[in-house]
Formats: sequence, structure tokens, C-alpha cells
Amino acid sequence: MKVLVCVKQTFDTEAKIELKDGKIAEAGINLIINPYDEVAVEGAIQLKEKNVVNEVVVISAGADKAMDAIRTALAMGADRGILIKQDTAADEYARAVALAAVIKEENPELVLAGHVAADDGSSQVPTRIAEILGYPHINVITSLEIADGKVTCSSEADGGTQVTEVSLPAVISSQVSWNEPRYPSMKGIMQAKKKPVSTVDAVAADNKIKIVEYALPAAKQAGIKIEEDPDVAAAKLADWIMNTAKAEIKK
Amino acid sequence: MEFSYSSDQEILRQSVRDFAENVLGPGVVDRDEKEYYDPFTFKAMADLGLMGIPFEEKWGGAEMGMLAYVMAIEEIARIDPSAADTLSAHVSLAAFPVRMFGNDEQKEKYLIPMATGEKHGAFALTEPGAGSDALGMTTKAERNGSHYVLNGRKIFITNGAAADIYIVFARTGSKEEGSKAFSAFIVEKGTPGFTFGKYERKMGLRGTQNCDLIFEDCHVPAENLLGEVGQGFKIAMQTLDGGRIGIAAQAVGIAQGAMEKAIEYAKTRVQFGKPIAKLQAIAFKLADMAMEIDAARLLTYRAAYNKNQGLPYSIEAAMAKLKASETAMAVTNQAVQIHGGYGYTREYPVERMMRDAKITELYEGTSEIQRVVISNSIINR
Repeated sequence: MKVLVCVKQTFDTEAKIELKDGKIAEAGINLIINPYDEVAVEGAIQLKEKNVVNEVVVISAGADKAMDAIRTALAMGADRGILIKQDTAADEYARAVALAAVIKEENPELVLAGHVAADDGSSQVPTRIAEILGYPHINVITSLEIADGKVTCSSEADGGTQVTEVSLPAVISSQVSWNEPRYPSMKGIMQAKKKPVSTVDAVAADNKIKIVEYALPAAKQAGIKIEEDPDVAAAKLADWIMNTAKAEIKK
Repeated sequence: MEFSYSSDQEILRQSVRDFAENVLGPGVVDRDEKEYYDPFTFKAMADLGLMGIPFEEKWGGAEMGMLAYVMAIEEIARIDPSAADTLSAHVSLAAFPVRMFGNDEQKEKYLIPMATGEKHGAFALTEPGAGSDALGMTTKAERNGSHYVLNGRKIFITNGAAADIYIVFARTGSKEEGSKAFSAFIVEKGTPGFTFGKYERKMGLRGTQNCDLIFEDCHVPAENLLGEVGQGFKIAMQTLDGGRIGIAAQAVGIAQGAMEKAIEYAKTRVQFGKPIAKLQAIAFKLADMAMEIDAARLLTYRAAYNKNQGLPYSIEAAMAKLKASETAMAVTNQAVQIHGGYGYTREYPVERMMRDAKITELYEGTSEIQRVVISNSIINR
């Protein structure tokens, strides 16, 4: 059985985001595998270790440097990589079209991905891929079992857990709590060098959305400090809440 | 010249950084407070493959080179200097001499398990009367048939009783033979006549174990002679040349960790109505830290590069070790200064970092010894 894992290269989640000329400045920002996708890679490698699957292929759509994300996944233990060269300005639709075209050609039994990317947080691509390919889809999974051509997953639902079973092939997207991704070992990093990676151009697809503007969240305002005796301070604070902050008080 | 990292090195740095923060980080304070060596740290680093970074694949290594090795030490030391020391004493001081001077049987038997981390190594040179003056060693080894019989005491030995394989130096010749009077031996734990003595209580690096090794009529098989008879001093010195690159990396990592803590604190600590990082007196300290750390790092990488390329590296290693260790001490000192009174308390990690930094100016050759090595090379050419 072949598993294909979609990975996206994103900003380090600890990176400080700055805008330059109305766009997100990329200079000096450390790029990593989207942490949610890393969980999907780990899940795929564990399936291989359990002999449930025999090949783990990682694919990524993005710029040349997305190759580092593929190399990291190979160092973790994936077998082969495919880089789909695509403008990083591609939207979720264009990305899903490009990924789905390669997935169709590879014809895997299972497609895994993180349920959301840490950068744009749109949470659309795996669902769109499933839709384009006509595969069943289970989202935000926290466990996965494969048996008799079916995949059974637990996923988070409001106030509980939902267990879903679908037939293969299927697209499954993971929640971070599914597993704890391994750190690439030194041997893994060296073996990754010998693993095959191919590069293909993205299938042409026009964006369906246009980003009008990026803006950073408003800076947090400094708090106020009332230094008085408690009775005076309480009165001043109450006055501030009602007349300055104009808080709506519901009874 | 190139000042960039390969994709492998980038992946390694990220992997080791995440590992250090998430796996080693949570226990650092506890190990320091309780002053104990936890075998878990060695095991976890071995599982990640850190013990074999610079060694050939056929000897159980990952064959990634010296630069990758020092980057790993640096990342570990940024979070846990004790673990970095455990790693560097094992790889640089125990596994490397077997790699450089061992025969194939010895490499098979000792290098492979050390490179995979299955066995833990230590290096035993220092004695009560032989520190900087290593020729003052009195531990003796006398040939007796198929064995050498060792008698003497080694002190301060890093990885102490936790190790399995020891590289032990002893006198095999007369005083007149000078530096040719010593030989190196591979001694396994459990060899009759080999026991452990006093455990040191230390200022810093309290998560490592250092203790005395005692040899009383300890019979070591003759095939465990490392290199040739009389080569011991040369083996020790060449091993320490390489070891200094590891200590330099450790010092760079400690300094880096302390600077990051100082920046974090300076940006959040408000005095006179603004974060102290906005005060020039503080900001300039941070600027000096960044510059000194980069200088130390580049010297360290050059020494690693030279060793990897088979170029001379003794002077480069001495310079890197001297610069990096003095940088670590200065940076941790200023990091405490920036924290003010809080920096002196155990609420913040910089006081531990300052204690951990001090040793880098002392072991594997004091700063004074490094200056001897460097000055000799420029005066007596």
C-alpha cells in the first residue's frame, strides 16, 4: 500500500511576522514543515513500521526551498519526495488542483495531510483535494486504523469523539494530538540524501481569491495602574470601567 | 570561502534544537539542583544518533563531518551544558582516539558501540599531581605476559562511573624517556582491580558525573594497548586538540543560550517607564554579546573545518577554545548583570549558565595553557 503525505513549508511558529511593502516579509524567517503536516508524516511512517503500508511519498507544492521540508520528511523516514513547483501566491484552490493532479497520477491508497497550515490557517486544502478526486474525507483525526480496504479514524467532535469508517482510497487530515513526531536522526538525515526526489511543474490554475490587504493585529495597549487606598482605588476603577472603557454591564 | 550551511546541516540544527528544548530542557533545573547525572540524557542523545556524527558509516557513524558535530554540541549546550559535556567527552575524548589510533579489531570492538551509543566512553589522563603538566603522571603500567598491570589514580574523570569504556594513560617507560614514557590503554568497566573513588561536588555542570578512577593491580589485556608503546602522550595531546573544538562549541552554545535569555528579559523588564532593552547601557551589552559569540562561533567552525579536511588544527582549536570559553564567561556574567538581583537567584537560568560556563576556561587545557600553545606557535616558528 502506498501513502502520500502532503506537506507545506511554513514560517517557524515562533517567528516574528513583519510587513514590508504591504506583504509579509520573508527575510530572516526560519522555515519549517507545517507542524500539523509533520504529524501526518509521522503517522505515515508509523504505518510503514507496522507493515501496513510499504511506501511513504511526500509531496509539497511551493518554491524551490520547499525542498527542505521534503528533505526533513525524508530524514524522518519517508521514502520518496515530489516537489511541485508553484508560485507561493497560489491560493487554496490552485494548490489543491496542483496537488490533486499529482496524487491522481501517483494513485495512492491513502492521502494524509495536516488539517490546517500554521501560516494562513485556512484549513481547506485536504478537503478540496478529496472533493476534486472524489475520495471520502475524514478531518481532524486523532487515531487511524487500516483493515480490509477500510480506514477507521477517531476525530474530535463537539464535547466528544466521532468514529468514522470510510473505504480506501481516502483523504485523511490529522489533528496534532494524533502522535508525537520524531526528530530526524543523524542516520536519517544521511539516508535522506540517497532518497529520490522528483520535481514537476504545477498544473495551471488561476486563483479564486485575491488578497486585498495584510494587516498586523493592533498593538496591545498599555494597562492603567491605580495606586490609591483600596476604597478609593475601587471607586476609581469602577468609574474607569463604566466611563472610559464603557464596558457593557449585563445583569 | 563559504559562510552558508548545507541542507543537511540545517535539518540537523533544527532537529537537535527541537530535541534539546523538548527532551532535555524540562529536566535541566532538576539535574542541576539535585546534582545528579541521569543516564537518560546519554540514552536520548544516542537514540538521536548524536554519538556517531563524525565517524564513518562502517564504524557505526553517520559520517556527517566535524562541522555537523560541533553544531550539535552547540545546540545541546544552548539548553543543557551538562548533556553537551557528556556528549563531547564521549565522542571527542573516548571514541576519537580509538578512531585515530586503534587497529581494526579495536575499532570493531570499541568504536562501533561508542559511535552507536550502545557503550559509553570516558578519557582518563588527569591525576592529583598531573593537570596542566600531564608528564607528571605517576599511574604505571607494567607488562606481565599477555597483560599490562595498571596501578594508580585518575581524578575528575568525566562520565565517571557511568561509562563502560575508558581510555587510560599510564607510564610505561623511565623518566629519561620524557614524553615517550607513556602509553594509552582501553580499559573496560568491570576489569578486576579497577574501581571508582570520590565523586566531585562541583560549581557547575552538575548534571555530569566526575569521579576518581582507582587501579590496583588491574590486569588489562595486551591487545588493549591503544597505538604503540610510548605513543601515549602523543595520543593524549592529539585527542585534546580535537576535544578543544568540542569545548569551544559547548562554550558558544552556553553563551548563545545566555544571550537569548538576556534579550528576552531586557525586552520585558520595565524600569524608568520602558523596557530596559531600550536603555543604551543594556542594548550595548547585548550588541557586544552578539559580536563576541559570532567571533567565537566562526573560530570554532574554522577549527572543525580544518580537522575535517585533514589540515593542521591544533592552533585553530586552541584559539577557538580560548575565545569561546572566555566569551561564555563574559556573556553569562553580563547576562546576570542585565537580570540585576533576579539574575543572582535560581528563579532565572542565567546564574546556572554562569556556573556552567566557568569550567570551559579550565578543562581540556586552561586558558593559560591555550595561550602557551598559541604563543609558542607564533614565537618559535
